[in-house]
Amino acid sequence: MQNALIILESLPNIAWGLFTTLGLVITALAVGLAVGLPLGVIQVYWGNSLFSRPIAIYVWFLRGLPSLVLLFLFYYGLFPLLGVDLPPFFVGAAVLGLRSSAYQSQIFRGAILSVDQGQMQAARSLGMSKPCAIENVILPQALRIALPAWSNEYPILLTDSSVCYAIGVMEMLTRASLQVSRTRAPVPLYLATAVIFIIMNYIGMRILRSAERRFHIPGFGGS
Amino acid sequence: MDDSIRFIMEDLSGPLLQGTLASLKLIVCSVPFGLALGFMLASGWVYGNKPVSWLCRTYVALVKGTPLLILLFIIYFCLPSFGLTLSPFFASVLGFIMCNGAYNSEYIRGAILSVRSGQLIAARSLGMSRAQAIISIVMPQAARRALPGCSNEIIYLVKYSSLAYILSYIELTGAGKMIATRSFRFTLVFSIIGLVYLVMVTIASIIFMWLEKKLAVPGFEAKRQ
Repeated sequence: MQNALIILESLPNIAWGLFTTLGLVITALAVGLAVGLPLGVIQVYWGNSLFSRPIAIYVWFLRGLPSLVLLFLFYYGLFPLLGVDLPPFFVGAAVLGLRSSAYQSQIFRGAILSVDQGQMQAARSLGMSKPCAIENVILPQALRIALPAWSNEYPILLTDSSVCYAIGVMEMLTRASLQVSRTRAPVPLYLATAVIFIIMNYIGMRILRSAERRFHIPGFGGS
Repeated sequence: MDDSIRFIMEDLSGPLLQGTLASLKLIVCSVPFGLALGFMLASGWVYGNKPVSWLCRTYVALVKGTPLLILLFIIYFCLPSFGLTLSPFFASVLGFIMCNGAYNSEYIRGAILSVRSGQLIAARSLGMSRAQAIISIVMPQAARRALPGCSNEIIYLVKYSSLAYILSYIELTGAGKMIATRSFRFTLVFSIIGLVYLVMVTIASIIFMWLEKKLAVPGFEAKRQ
């Protein structure tokens, strides 16, 4: 009974963090898409240009480091060194987004490779330029193929966003732990936070699944 | 420059070495149990009766939906209310096992389902019990097919081991954070920590590639993308 009261009392404060968490996730997804998609395209179609080695190192670096170390490196190290004073939220969103861009570039690379390369030749022989063929022939198919794997980035980012707790972003876990130090009742509050995360995960996945069905072309490969 | 090198040699190397060992201890203690839990969950999901299968499915869904950090907080801060107080080390290892097991089980389940079901029937018709057939016919094949996925999860685990720092277990990240706050050389310290993690991840992926080649049965190699 007392637990219910504590949850009821603290929940508005914790739930307010939902906006911060969602803000982190959506910004990171957008940054990841905006950076990851060009990287994937360059890796496939300009594979032996001078970009390929830096991109490979970028991906290896961002995939090989724990997000906690990346957060500390950017928040305490790189940004202050460059003289940029960003609030923790933007650092968190930027780090999660860049990290996601490394993963997303590989998702898009795989999806582009799974489009039959004869189509590229056909488009070129019809007089399309390479960027034009990529934009109008390859990507509309590749993005549909990538969608199921891409939707997996949502739960990954959602769960990883709580790591921003370590640099003091006021997302749900930070708020929950503040409420815990106020009420000294860890059991109901952390469990309630976990439940909120699970519900958000479920809702997001439902939306993405329906998007997959929406964009699916009948008779076309993929799921 | 000279100063940085002296700083690295004198102040940084010792604690970072200890931190690396602490991180390795976390990883080595979690991996075998995570794999075992993954196998149990997957076989429970595929072969269990209805309640067992439902239990495994729900467990996986719940653990996958919860951020690992919250799982760690629940283990570390909530279990004491039920009379079970764990040290930061054991709390982190328990959290890693629970999370790693849930993710592993997905790969192992996929691998079990990809073994033709006729094999199980054939083994049964040769007089093997169901458990025998699963352990000595299906699992050896499924384990090989699940290996690439599980090795990915173990590489994630190497990186997630840094979360133990938040439960105040001083591993690599924690050791580095302490030195960085004392010396204010955040960029240098965290870059070096990053390098150590990159080395650990690269070594782990080389080991798993070698293991995959070693365990491959000729003619049954999994196609790698």
